[in-house]
Amino acid sequence: MAQLTKSDIGGFLARQGILVAFAVFIIGFTLANPRFLDPDNIMGVIRSSAILGVMALGVTFVVISGNLDLSVGSMMSFSTIVVLDLHDKLGPTLAIPAMFAMTLCLGALIGFLVGYLKLNSLIVTLGMLSAIHGLTLTYSGGKNMDIADKEGTWFSVFGQGDALGIPVPILLFVLLAAFLGIVLAKTPFGRKVYAVGGNGVAATFSGIRRARVVFTCYLASAFCVATAGLLQASRSMGSQNTVGQGLELEVLAAVILGGASLLGGSGTIFKTVIGVLMLGFIQNGLLLVGLQFYVQYVVTWVIIILAVWLDIAAKRGTLWSPIA
Amino acid sequence: MQAGTLSTFLKRGAIWGFILFELIFFSVAGAFLSLSDKAFMDLDNMLRLFKQSAPIGIIAMGMTIIMINGNIDLSVGATFALCAIVLLDSLTWPIFAGLGDWVIPVSWALALLTGVLLGAINGLIVWKTGVDAFIVTLGSMLGYRGLVFMYNGEQPTSHLNWTLVDFAETQFLGLHTATWFLLAVTLVIWFLMTRTIHGRNAYAIGDNREAAVNAGIRVGPHMMINFMIIGFLAALSAVVFYSESGSVNPNDGELYELWIITAVVLGGTKLTGGAGSVISTFGGVLAIQLLRKGLGHIGADTSTVNLVIGLILIAVLYLDRQLNRKGAEELKI
Amino acid sequence: MTGQTPALRLEGIVKTFPGVRALDGVSFSVMPGEVHALMGENGAGKSTLMKVLGGIYQPDAGQILIEEAPTVMASPLEAKAKGVVFIHQELSLADELSVAENVYLGELPRKSFGRVDWDRLYADTERILDRLKVGFTPQTLVGDLSIANKQMVEIARALTVDAKAVIFDEPTASLTDAEKDVLFEVIADLKARNVGIIYISHRMEEIFRITDRVSVLRDGQHTGTAITADTNEEAVTQMMIGRKLDLSRNVAHHELGDVALEVRNLSCGHLYKDVSFKIRRGEVVGFYGLVGAGRTEIAETLFGLRDPSAGQILLDGQALRITSPTDAIERGISLVPEDRKGQGLVLGMNCRDNMTLPQVDDLKAGPFVAEGAEVAIFDQYRDRLDIRTPGWKQLVGNLSGGNQQKIVIGKWLSMHPNVLIVDEPTRGIDVGSKSEIHNLIRDLAAQGYAVIVISSEMPEVLHVADRIYALFQGRITREFTSEDVTEDSLVRAISGLADNGGAQVA
Repeated sequence: MAQLTKSDIGGFLARQGILVAFAVFIIGFTLANPRFLDPDNIMGVIRSSAILGVMALGVTFVVISGNLDLSVGSMMSFSTIVVLDLHDKLGPTLAIPAMFAMTLCLGALIGFLVGYLKLNSLIVTLGMLSAIHGLTLTYSGGKNMDIADKEGTWFSVFGQGDALGIPVPILLFVLLAAFLGIVLAKTPFGRKVYAVGGNGVAATFSGIRRARVVFTCYLASAFCVATAGLLQASRSMGSQNTVGQGLELEVLAAVILGGASLLGGSGTIFKTVIGVLMLGFIQNGLLLVGLQFYVQYVVTWVIIILAVWLDIAAKRGTLWSPIA
Repeated sequence: MQAGTLSTFLKRGAIWGFILFELIFFSVAGAFLSLSDKAFMDLDNMLRLFKQSAPIGIIAMGMTIIMINGNIDLSVGATFALCAIVLLDSLTWPIFAGLGDWVIPVSWALALLTGVLLGAINGLIVWKTGVDAFIVTLGSMLGYRGLVFMYNGEQPTSHLNWTLVDFAETQFLGLHTATWFLLAVTLVIWFLMTRTIHGRNAYAIGDNREAAVNAGIRVGPHMMINFMIIGFLAALSAVVFYSESGSVNPNDGELYELWIITAVVLGGTKLTGGAGSVISTFGGVLAIQLLRKGLGHIGADTSTVNLVIGLILIAVLYLDRQLNRKGAEELKI
Repeated sequence: MTGQTPALRLEGIVKTFPGVRALDGVSFSVMPGEVHALMGENGAGKSTLMKVLGGIYQPDAGQILIEEAPTVMASPLEAKAKGVVFIHQELSLADELSVAENVYLGELPRKSFGRVDWDRLYADTERILDRLKVGFTPQTLVGDLSIANKQMVEIARALTVDAKAVIFDEPTASLTDAEKDVLFEVIADLKARNVGIIYISHRMEEIFRITDRVSVLRDGQHTGTAITADTNEEAVTQMMIGRKLDLSRNVAHHELGDVALEVRNLSCGHLYKDVSFKIRRGEVVGFYGLVGAGRTEIAETLFGLRDPSAGQILLDGQALRITSPTDAIERGISLVPEDRKGQGLVLGMNCRDNMTLPQVDDLKAGPFVAEGAEVAIFDQYRDRLDIRTPGWKQLVGNLSGGNQQKIVIGKWLSMHPNVLIVDEPTRGIDVGSKSEIHNLIRDLAAQGYAVIVISSEMPEVLHVADRIYALFQGRITREFTSEDVTEDSLVRAISGLADNGGAQVA
C-alpha cells in the first residue's frame, strides 16, 4: 500500500517535472524574444490552438474509455469540405446542422464498430482514416472548396469574429471544454466512461452497458470534430481536401501530454487543455525564436517520450524499464 | 483440435482466395466496362504490379516481425523519407567526388545505416524506458519527419545517377530489380521467422511475453533487433525506390504506415502478437496493390481506392472476429 | 537425512517492497530426493520466495546455497542453468508454437547462422515426452492441447536440464485424477533420481500423500517445518493461520421464506445440461463441484452474461428472460464474481465510486452524480461490513483482498437484491477476513436474502450452506441438506460416483 502512496507522490513529481520543463521553455523563449509573453501573442497562441484543442476534447473521451481515434484528422477535413460546399448550396443556416449531422453519422459508424461489434479501435479508426479521406475526395471531386461570396455571409463569425471582446474560436473552445469537463467529472455518464476504460469487464459486471458508453464517446468525438471543422472552414472560408491530415497525431500527442493513459481509465479535460496549450506555446515559441515549423516536430517527439516515460517511471518506481 | 487447424487453414488461405477474387473481378468488370482496351491480367501489367508492390512490401515484411513480436511501428514512413534523402544527398557529397560510380555502394550503405540507426533509436527507447511502442513510434514518426524537413526545408532533394537508374530498370528473367529485392527480402524474412532461433523467439515473446522472460529470452535486445530490422528494410525500400526516381519530397512516405499495417493485417497477423506469417503478408501486399491497380483499371480514381481499402480493413477485422467466435457459449462481455 | 548436503538451502532471505516486508528472514532447505511441501495462505510470501529462488527478484539480504555453495540467481535463465527449475502455476506457454519449441523455450538448439536444429529439438523432446507417457507429439501446436496436457508440457520443461531442485507451484489445480497420478509418478521418478522437490499446494490430501516434510510461511515469516508423517492437517492449518478458522458445520437454522428463484431444466451448450434447482428467501445454497463443472457458468447465465440454450428461470414464480447484467440487476439478481480484480472491481477507481457503480444512474442531483448520497452509502456499508480503508478516496487497488471483496459485496447489498450469488467468496483472502465473510453470508440469509455460494472448498460450503447442490461435468448430481451431507458422499457426488461405489447415471 505504501508502495502505491509513494508512487502517487512520484507521479505528482513526474507531472511537475513536465511543468518545470515547460516553465524553462517559457522563460527561455521570453528571454530570446520578449514578445512571447505579450498578451496579443498569448491570445494568438490560444486562438490558433483552438481547433486542435476542440478535437482533443473529444479524443479525451475516447482515450479515457480505453480506445483510440486516429480518424479525427480526416474526419475534420470532411466536415470542413462539406460545410464549405453546403454553404453555397443551402446557405449557412442549413449548412451547419447538415454538416454536423453527417459528421455525427461517421462518428456513429465508428462507435458501432468499436462499441457494439467490439472491433479493435486502432485498426477501425486507421481504416476510417483512409475511408473518410476517400469519401472527402469523392465528395469534392478532388478540388479545393471555396465560399464564392466571402463578404456577403455571416459565416466567418465562428473563425474570425469576436464576442465580448474575445475571439469566437477561443470562446467556443472554452465553453466546450467547460461543458465536457463537467460532463466527464460530474455526471453518471462521465463516471461510466472512467469505469469502462479502467476495467471494461468489471464495468459490464456492474451492469454498465459498455457498448453504449463507447458509442457515445465516439459521438462526442465526432461532435468535437464537426465543431473544429466549422471553425476551420469559417476561419479560412476555403479549404483543401487534406486540411486535417496528420492532425490526429497532434491531437493524440496533446492528450498524452496532458497525462491520459492510452490504456484508458485516466485523464481529465483540464489536463488535456494543458497539453494542448503546452503544444501551442512550444510551437509558437520556436517560431518566435526563428525556427521553422518542423523543428517543432522534433521537439514534440522528445517531449511526448519524456512525458510518458516519467509518468510510467513514477508508477513503477524505477527510471529504467526492468526488461532484461 | 480439428477446428483450430481448420480455422488456421481458412485464415492462411483466405488472402490467396481474396487475390483470386480480385483478379477475376477486375478482369470481368474491366472487360464489361471496357474502359481499357488492355486485359487486366496482362503479363506486363502483372510484372509492374510486383514492382510497384516493392516499396510497401519490403517494409511490410519488417512490420510483420514487429507485429508478431507484439509491437507496432508508426515511424516507417518518415524513416523511409529520411533514408531516401541520405541516399540522394550523399551521392553528391564532395568528399565522395573522387569515387566515380563507386559512390553508389557507399551511399547505399550510408542510407541503410541511417535506417538501422533510426530503428535502433526506437528499439532502444522501447527497451530502456518501457514506454509502449505505439507511443514511442508515434513520437518518432513526428520527430523523424521533422528531421526530414530540417535536412532540406520544404524543398525536394534530387539527384539522378544514370548508372543507378539503369540498374533499377533492369529486368532479370523478366522481373524488375525492385521485384527481385521484394522476393529476396520475403525469402530472407520467411527464413528468419520459421527457421531461426531469433524468429521463433519473436513468436514466443508476442504470444506470452512473461513466459519468454522467465525462459531467459532477453526481450529488450530482441525487440531492439527487430526495430533495427524494420529500420533497415525501410531504408532498403527507399534505396530501391529512389535509385530510380531520383527525387524525394519531404512529404514522401506519409501514410505508408497505414498501407503497410493494412497489408499485414490483411495477411492475418494477430494484432496482439504471437501469430502471423510472412508469406501471408506477401499476399496482403499483393492484394492491396491489385486493388489499387484494379480500381484504376475499371476507371475508379484514388479517392475510391482509399475508401475501399479502409472498408476492407474493417471488414477483415470483422470476419476475423466472427471466425474466432465460440458461438453461443461465449460470455457476453 | 542428517549428514546429507541439502540440494538447495535458503538462509535468512529478506525481501522488501516499498512499505511491505514480503519475506522476513526465511530459511528453508530441500534435501536431494526429498519432496518438501511449502504451504501458506495467499499473501504469505510463497510466490515472492519462489521468485527470489527463480532469479526473478533479488533478495535484500540472505543467501541461496546450492549444495552448500553460495549462489546468486541473477535471472531465471541462470537459475535454470544452476539446476533450479520452476513449474509455474499460471501456464507460461506460447500457444502458437509447437510442444518442442515450448519445452526448449529460450534454449532452442542452435545450428549455423542461428538456425534451429529441428532434428535434435524433436528427438530430445520426444525422449522427455516418453518419460511422461503423454499422448501427443513434439510437433503438436500447444494451442491445440487440453489444459492438462499443457501442464504436462510445463513439466516436460523441468526435465530438460539436470535439475537439482524442481519447484512445483500448484501443479494439480487443473488436472483430473488420472493425470494427477501420472504427475505423482513423475515426482516419484525425480525423487528416485535424487532431485529435491519443492511442492507448493493448498490441497492437504496431496501434501499428506506425497511429501516428506512440510514448511509453512505466514506473513513473510517461516513459522515452522515438520515431518509430514508426524503431523496432521489441523497442526499444519494452525501453523498457517496462527489461529483456528471456525469451519464448524452449519447448524444455524431460521425460518425460510418463499421461493425467490427457481431454475428448471436449464442448459447452455456443452457447459451444463438440464440443471434444476430452487432457492428460498433466508436460505444459503451451496454449489459445490470441481473447476469446470459448470458452476460459474450457471451463475453467469443467471446474471445475463450467457444465453441459455434451453430451460426456464423463474423469479418469484415469474418466468423471465435475462439478457444482460443490467437486466439482471434491475430484477434484483447480483453476482459477486470469481475473479475479483478482473471482473469485480475497477482497481484504478476509488472505493466509493466502485461501490456505487451499478446505481450511479439512480443517484442523481439534477444532471449530476449526487456525491453526498454516494458518500453516505459508502459510509453505511463501510461500517456495516467493517471495511478497513483510510477513506472513500482510497483507490480500491490499494486495499487488501478481504477489503476488496467487501467492497464488491457492499456494492450489491446497497442495492438490496433479491438473490445474491457469490462465486468463490474467499479465494485469495486472509483468514481473518475469511471468517468475517462467512459470518456475513450467514447474516444476510438471516435477514431474508437468498444467497447462492459457489465454492471449491468443501469446509466452506459445509460451513455456510443450508443446502448443497453437487455438480459434476455440467450436471447437478445430488442435492444435500446440511443434515444429511457427509464429506464422503459429497466427494463422490462431485466425482460422478454413486454413494455405494457404483457409477451413477450422469
